[in-house]
Amino acid sequence: MTEPSAVLARPPLPDDGDLDLLLLIRHFELALLDLFGQGLLAGTTHTCLGQEYVPVSLRPLLGADDFVFSNHRGHGHYLARFEDPAGLLAEIMGREGAVCRGVGGSQHVYRDRYMSTGVQGESLPVATGVALHLKNTSPGALACAFIGDGTWGEGAVYEALNIASLWRLPLLVVVENNGIAQSTPTARQMAGTVAARAEAFGARHHRVDTTDIGVIRDELAPLVSEVRLENRPLVVEFATHRLGPHSKGDDTRPRDAVREAEAHDWYRRYAQADAGRFARADEIQRDRVAAIVREISARPLSRWEPCG
Amino acid sequence: MRVAENLNAALHGVLEADPAAYVIGEDILDPYGGAFKITKGLSSRFPGRVLGTPISEAGITGLAAGLALCGDTAIVEIMFGDFVALAFDQIVNFAAKSCSMYGTRVPMRMVVRCPTGGGRGYGPTHSQSLQKHFIGVPGLSVYEMSPLHDNRAVMNAMLASGEPSVFFEDKVLYTRRMYDVPDPFRSDMIPAGHTGPGVARVFLDDPEEADCVIIAPGGMVDRVTRAMRALLLDHEITCCLYVPSRLYPFDPFDLTDSGARAVGAGRLGPALRRARAVLVVEEGTAGGTWGSEVAHQIHRLMWRDLRRPVAQVNSVGSVIPAAAHLESAVLVGESTIYDAVLEALRD
Ligand SMILES: Cc1ncc(C[n+]2csc(CCOP(=O)(O)OP(=O)(O)O)c2C)c(N)n1
Ligand SMILES: [Mg+2]
Repeated sequence: MTEPSAVLARPPLPDDGDLDLLLLIRHFELALLDLFGQGLLAGTTHTCLGQEYVPVSLRPLLGADDFVFSNHRGHGHYLARFEDPAGLLAEIMGREGAVCRGVGGSQHVYRDRYMSTGVQGESLPVATGVALHLKNTSPGALACAFIGDGTWGEGAVYEALNIASLWRLPLLVVVENNGIAQSTPTARQMAGTVAARAEAFGARHHRVDTTDIGVIRDELAPLVSEVRLENRPLVVEFATHRLGPHSKGDDTRPRDAVREAEAHDWYRRYAQADAGRFARADEIQRDRVAAIVREISARPLSRWEPCG
Repeated sequence: MRVAENLNAALHGVLEADPAAYVIGEDILDPYGGAFKITKGLSSRFPGRVLGTPISEAGITGLAAGLALCGDTAIVEIMFGDFVALAFDQIVNFAAKSCSMYGTRVPMRMVVRCPTGGGRGYGPTHSQSLQKHFIGVPGLSVYEMSPLHDNRAVMNAMLASGEPSVFFEDKVLYTRRMYDVPDPFRSDMIPAGHTGPGVARVFLDDPEEADCVIIAPGGMVDRVTRAMRALLLDHEITCCLYVPSRLYPFDPFDLTDSGARAVGAGRLGPALRRARAVLVVEEGTAGGTWGSEVAHQIHRLMWRDLRRPVAQVNSVGSVIPAAAHLESAVLVGESTIYDAVLEALRD
């Protein structure tokens, strides 16, 4: 028997599949920063370190018919949907087997019903169009768009929410509120709250404050099925924490802010929950990613013909 | 001095000289100092007039226009020039129109700064050169940053014009040195046909005796001069490069002697006439480009005097890929220019 307080402090480890996926994303992102550090990657990248549990917890709540729109911080979203680290790394490194031939890179990935773009706020109106299509052609399916707290600065977000609510579209907006946008704390870029914004448009809002995957799923399952059955847009706001820099080497946060983010890291908490099982899973995923990095780095460059 | 420092100094200068001047943009406050660090130090020195904003390009550009409408000076930084598309309405349908659509001139001291261009592997939505979309808008000027033009003078000219300007800054230039021209070339400045900054010129001995005249905006200076050097060493071909600071309205009197309106302009017509080829080079993707406008103006004024039509060098008409090897296949590079000059000179 465990003490109730101990349960609170140490959430149970998720199932193997979830834990493996969490760790896969974590090591994938760490590997990218490492490749940048070594000068082996060009361009830019935005890691989801600390936020991995968001797409992992949503995974069983989204189906193959659902259309997912991701953003600049999208590696976790992609990996949770397809578990294809090799294809994504090849995309980021411009190697053979890249999901989009190396044209899109880290921020612009399109595969089946999954699409990301690097322009903030752009995806939400598009998601309403997709939601309208799904409503008419495959009832029960939804369009899901991931956005950050800072992206609420863009007017397109509001136009989309209004239409989605007005026309009763199956739209799920997942807000990863990590308290910061690039270098700007949320308090310096957002008046009011996400909840009040959703309410103003008659959209449901649910705030997730835990990193416990089981709890999150229990909370969200009925709400997400309401989106499907009643065509009512839903805004799910994850209160989350960005562990790493915005992109790479551009973290100007005070030490305290970073420490505060680290204190919420699921990785540490799960590592304490069942040290042995966690360590084994951790090592397996670290080695898996290292092997993928070696394999992809050795591949020939991707090929693509410019259109035009 | 690096180009970024020169630009940063120009912004310091504007805020220092003009107590009604504002600099506005996303993540521009210290200690971050902007995505490309161009606004470093500004917010510490001028708190209250350097405003870090939400991610709202349309909103903040409109806000800048409002300040300008009241007689203030407003400089907006668009983090990546690609996102100026979100502010297109405020620039084209409000700021540029306001100068004239009320039947009387409403001055607007307003500059929209756009870090621009590829070469850094940022991918299709963070690498574009959108100059062409702002060409031909009445009441709107388009300028481009250049390592041969002091940004202080350029900034002052844009603001003094009383019309809104979009200022494109090739990101790759930020880390380059000002006034850096490879041996054995030198550079000088010739007056423009308007009151703004002059046209910079890079040449070997006699600028009027070049085999080839190249007209290019500031972002291309590095690539063009390297190509010029290689053409000289490999083929003894001499080129003279002209770099206007203001791209639009493009003043053909800067470059031809027809009408000889501008001081010194009389020396340019002969150079164009004597050259065996004239090229316009820019990074923007092919189709509907600034270069087409320049070529058209020169054709109109000098058609009979040219040996062959002006040749245009652009990036491929395509999205700009993220992967370095694909990106370099799309963008204008030193070798694209080198090949284009040889091609244009082939008889
Ligand atoms: C239209 C637009 N403006 C600016 C940017 C540059 N930019 C990329 S991410 C980002 C911050 C986004 O913050 P947030 O929405 O909170 O997401 P987070 O990065 O925290 O995940 C900014 C300003 C952009 N990509 N698109
Ligand atoms: Mg954020």
